Amino acid sequence: MDRNQSHRQVATMKQSLFDQGYLDHEQFNQLEELQDDANPNFVEEVVTLYYRDSARLVHSIEQALEKSPIDFNKLDSYMHQFRGSSSSIGAKKVKAECSLFREYCRAGNGEGCMRTFQQVKKEYTALRKKLETFFQLARQAGPVDRARRPK
Amino acid sequence: MAAAGTESLRWNLAEEVGVSGCNGSGSEEFHVLAVDDSIVDRKLIERLLKSSSFKVTAVDSGTRALQYLGLDGEKSTSAVGFNDLKVNLIMTDYSMPGMTGYELLKKIKESKAFKEIPVVIMSSENVLTRIHSCLEEGAEDFLMKPVKKSDVTKLKDFMVKGDQAEKGKRSSIKRKMDDDILKLTMPPTAIASSSSEVEDQSSSASHSPSSSSSSPCSSPCKRTRLQ
Repeated sequence: MDRNQSHRQVATMKQSLFDQGYLDHEQFNQLEELQDDANPNFVEEVVTLYYRDSARLVHSIEQALEKSPIDFNKLDSYMHQFRGSSSSIGAKKVKAECSLFREYCRAGNGEGCMRTFQQVKKEYTALRKKLETFFQLARQAGPVDRARRPK
Repeated sequence: MAAAGTESLRWNLAEEVGVSGCNGSGSEEFHVLAVDDSIVDRKLIERLLKSSSFKVTAVDSGTRALQYLGLDGEKSTSAVGFNDLKVNLIMTDYSMPGMTGYELLKKIKESKAFKEIPVVIMSSENVLTRIHSCLEEGAEDFLMKPVKKSDVTKLKDFMVKGDQAEKGKRSSIKRKMDDDILKLTMPPTAIASSSSEVEDQSSSASHSPSSSSSSPCSSPCKRTRLQ
C-alpha cells in the first residue's frame, strides 16, 4: 500500500512538472525509456551531468557579461550550449529563456542579455529544486515494476 | 530496397572486411563513433546507441575523432578501404568549437581510408542551407536534436549499403532538397507540381515551410527525416 502510494506521488509530481511547463514530457519520457535494470539511474545521472555543465556555463556567461565591451559571439556560443543541454533533458522553461537570451545577443543588446540572464538563472534554479525533490521521491519509492510505463 | 538484397550485401561486406561481431545469423554489432562537445548529449547518444545494441565510442571533438580513426594508421594496401577499428557509422554534432561537424565530414570524405564510412550529422538548429551543404558533402542524414530512439533504430540502414546504393540515394535526396530550396525562393503561384522523385511524402511536407514565405529557420518542422 505504502509503495503504491509513493509511486503515485512520484507520478503525480512528474505530471505536475509537465503541466507547469518545467519539463517537456516527450523528451523526459525518452530519457526514462532509456532507463533499465542495467542502467537504473540513467535519468538522474544525465541530470547530474546537466547541473555540472550548467554551473560551468553560468559562470562563463557571468564572466563574459562583466567584460567591456561584451563579446556577443562568445555569449551566444555559451548560450547555444546551455540551450542545447537544456533541450536534451527536456528543461522547457530554461530552454525558452536561453532562446530569448540569444535573440538579445544577436541584436547586440547587452541590457537585454543581462535581464534575460537573470531569468535563465531563476528558471534553472527553480527547475533544479523541483528535480532534486523528484529524484528524492523516486529513490524513496524504489524501482518501478516496468510492465508498462504509465505516460 | 529489398531486405534480401541488403542481407546479401551485408554478408558480402562481412566476408571481405572481416567485421568483428558480424555473423550469418544476423546478430551483428555495429560500432558507432559519436562526436559531440556536449557532455550531456554524449551521455544521451551513448545510451541511445547502446540501447539499440550498437557499440559506441564517444569523443568530444572532431580532432579527437580524427585521432581515433588514425590510431591504427591507414592500410594503404587495403582493397576495401575500411579502417582497422571497424567504425560502421560516424554520428557528429554540427556546431562544435574548433572543427565543426561539417568540417569533420569533409575530412572523412576526403580520406581514402574512411570515406566509405557513413556520416550522420546532428543539430539543434533547423537551417536548410546547412542541411543541404552536409548532404552535398556526403552525409547520409541530418538529424534534429534532441535525437530520439526512433532516429537511432533507423541508423542500421546506413551501415551496410554499398557505395553505389549510397550514391543513388543521395542523389535522389539531393534532388528533393533542390526542389525544396527552389520552393522557398519562388512565390507560391510559380511552384510547379512537386518533383516526381519524392520518396517520402511525409518528410517532404515536414521540412518545407507551408504557405508563408518566412525564412527557412522559422519552419515549424521538428526534424528533417529525408528517407
